[in-house]
Amino acid sequence: MSHHIVDIVDLCHTYSDGTEALRGVSVRITHGESVAIIGANGTGKSTLLLHLNGYLTATSGTIRIGDFPLTKGTLPEIRRTVGMVFQDPDDQLFMPTVYDDVAFGPLNLGLVGTDVDQRVGDALERVGAAHLRTKPPYRLSGGEKKRVAIATVLAMSPDILVMDEPTSGLDPYGRRQLMQLLKEFHHTKIFTSHDLDMVLELCPRTIILHRGMIAADGPTEEIFLNTALLEECHLEQPLSMQGCPICNRNILLSCQLK
Amino acid sequence: MHMSDALLSPTVGVAMWAVAAGTIAYCSSKVRKELDDRKIPLMGVLGAFIFAAQMINFTIPATGSSGHLGGGLILAILLGPYAAFLTISSVLVVQALFFADGGLLALGCNIFNLGFFPAFIAYPFIYKKIIGHKPTPAKLSVASVVAAVIGMQMGALGVVLETVSSGISSLPFSSFVILMQPIHLAIGIVEGLVTAAVVSFVYNARPEILQSALEARPIGNHPVKNVVLAFLAVALITGGIVSLFASENPDGLEWSITRVTGMKELKGAQEGLHGPLSSLQERISFLPDYTFRKQVEVKPEAVGNQSSHAIMGETKPEDKKTEVNKLGTSVAGIVGGLLSLGVSFLSGFLLKKRIHSD
Amino acid sequence: MRYIDGAVRDFKNLDLLATGETAIHRLDARAKVIVTLVFIISVVSFNKYELTALFPFFIYPAVMMALGNLPAGYMAGKIVFVLPFALAVAIFNPLFDQQVMIQLGPFGISGGWISCASVVVRSILTVGAAIILVGLTGFPGICKALEQLGMPQVFAVQLLFLYRYIFVLTEEGGRASRARELRSFGEKGLSLASYTSLISHLLLRTWQRAERIHMAMLARGFTGEFHTGQPKQFGGRELFFVIVWSAIFIALRLQNIPQLIGTIVMRMLS
Repeated sequence: MSHHIVDIVDLCHTYSDGTEALRGVSVRITHGESVAIIGANGTGKSTLLLHLNGYLTATSGTIRIGDFPLTKGTLPEIRRTVGMVFQDPDDQLFMPTVYDDVAFGPLNLGLVGTDVDQRVGDALERVGAAHLRTKPPYRLSGGEKKRVAIATVLAMSPDILVMDEPTSGLDPYGRRQLMQLLKEFHHTKIFTSHDLDMVLELCPRTIILHRGMIAADGPTEEIFLNTALLEECHLEQPLSMQGCPICNRNILLSCQLK
Repeated sequence: MHMSDALLSPTVGVAMWAVAAGTIAYCSSKVRKELDDRKIPLMGVLGAFIFAAQMINFTIPATGSSGHLGGGLILAILLGPYAAFLTISSVLVVQALFFADGGLLALGCNIFNLGFFPAFIAYPFIYKKIIGHKPTPAKLSVASVVAAVIGMQMGALGVVLETVSSGISSLPFSSFVILMQPIHLAIGIVEGLVTAAVVSFVYNARPEILQSALEARPIGNHPVKNVVLAFLAVALITGGIVSLFASENPDGLEWSITRVTGMKELKGAQEGLHGPLSSLQERISFLPDYTFRKQVEVKPEAVGNQSSHAIMGETKPEDKKTEVNKLGTSVAGIVGGLLSLGVSFLSGFLLKKRIHSD
Repeated sequence: MRYIDGAVRDFKNLDLLATGETAIHRLDARAKVIVTLVFIISVVSFNKYELTALFPFFIYPAVMMALGNLPAGYMAGKIVFVLPFALAVAIFNPLFDQQVMIQLGPFGISGGWISCASVVVRSILTVGAAIILVGLTGFPGICKALEQLGMPQVFAVQLLFLYRYIFVLTEEGGRASRARELRSFGEKGLSLASYTSLISHLLLRTWQRAERIHMAMLARGFTGEFHTGQPKQFGGRELFFVIVWSAIFIALRLQNIPQLIGTIVMRMLS
């Protein structure tokens, strides 16, 4: 038994058309950690995420989630443990109303009657969307859709929250609200994102993927200070760490140097 | 084109409903047995795709008019016949409910005309036969066009037969056919060309999609043939039963109600309420009222005129007499009709007013 | 394009009406589905020359719209919009059926015109009933009702998915179409070639979306089985609703009320 909640060893994945998306990735994540996986487009972030709940099968290497190795037999348990929120909430919200959508997971878990109501109510409450429960998804704003999408996953009471691009497509206010919400969760969190300012704020630890391999894994601030590394991986510093466009003073850096 | 409720007799409508419902049930169990749960979201989203594709029009070469994708054949190619039939049916249900294309009773006809022919005739017997085991671009084009044209012709003929046998429209069979078939030949060719182009695009971009659709059919031609025969049988039997109900008495519904509820009770009821009312009506009608005289004069010609399109065999002269009697097209009928129309709307208006003042 | 655009907007409007909170809205959807079917069958079972006996049936849409608080003008507009479709075929009736059936003084009205008018009235009634059903129940409600009445679950689920993604995909199709229009400088239609390329790309994106939805379903424990929550109760109120309306429709079908009223009125006048 491992004390790591996610334990990936030497994971490789080659798509049927021959593309090598992951080439030997090893990651260990402990309980309660908040980890960002960043990297340029096409470096394997999404491929890695899709392994976490067994949607894709590793070409080689092993994955353990909690106490279980990921195999066909443990798939149902692992899918309950790993709550996955996809990038486009329109893909995640496929039922006719918010209530039906949030209830989809609990019903699949075999819950019935008032237990389902309870779960749905709690999950919507936690994301501040209780008032939306009878609405059809197409009547929600982008931010509301995102929060409901998170509720659909919370209703299954996962231990690990995996989110692909949580802040994409949100306006600044919606983004701020969502980040506030994510801060309140005490789950183990794994995000992929191009929103590096969000990463800086929410994730103490960052992993950079580059060409299907891990280019760096460490404390977020340290990684974002390494501009040579970032450049090599087609990334750049979060805006908040770059110089002020008017006076060119770097506020964050000067803070840290003090 | 869509059939509409208003042109449909209950006999035809109910028979086609039975056929459509049976086919849906059969296809549902087939899709369930395929155990490919990827198909569930796929069917739904492809149905929505048909709506999205119909938003976009293109110019038909050399005519200046515009057309759009119907979609039956392309769904069959992408999903196989069973899932495609369900998807087309679902599109038609939404069109009937929301866009009021056709109507609820006509839904059975529309599902049959636009779903059954492409999925169970044009796709397995024409498209697949031409394609063979190794699709080539040329084969794809020919197969799509031929299958689309034949599917469309059958659908159009379905519309004609259903309309004519309903007898609400006075359009004779021959004129209707001459009207419908050429139009649908043009529509079919365009549909075929679009289908061919889209299918070859998919074939180049993601060959595995078409390959899996071809392979996902463990069913040979036999079951499909059986489906066709079985549903032909269902159609004939239901149609036969319903038209029996209808032809025994011109007022098929009354007759079937007596049958269903048990004759005795209803007879009692007739003596109780219906009897006096109708005798009252008769007594009043016999008074010198020139409309009644006219109706009698008109009777023989009306019968002759109707027999040309009474395909379901409901032309017993004595039936026609009652029918003409019940026309309700006398002046009295018009006066009473307008009155009851007024009462209907007034009651709605008053109800609404009362609810709002509460 | 405009047709579907408008239709999708209508779709959303009708759907919004279905969120109403009247007693009629709260009835179990099965009751409303059954009554609608009885209504339609009663209406279409009249013979082709029947006109005035259809009029009393307007009591149903009138009362339902009032009880359900549906906007009459909007509903009427929707019905008028689809009338031409039935009329396109019915308009041939006067041409082929010129037998005079009613003599109003010097004017003779032919059977063709009567049956044509009958088709129009039938259209208004049947289309109206369908639209009212949607406005009072909502599409998901109707799907659930049909499933409880025996429709296979696979098909019910299919309808719900379709309903959900019509909005998403028509928007996507609209964006692609607008993007093309903006670059085509006033040319109205598309050439077949650019049309098929547009449609094909839309199809591929749709396919990918289906794959992502499937992922999202699996991620939440989907195993091919759809579980539904508790159904509503079909209680006394529903039974009452079904019986009263069905009785009215059958009575109106069996007895030509206008004829009766009309003759009485005419007698009193003379």
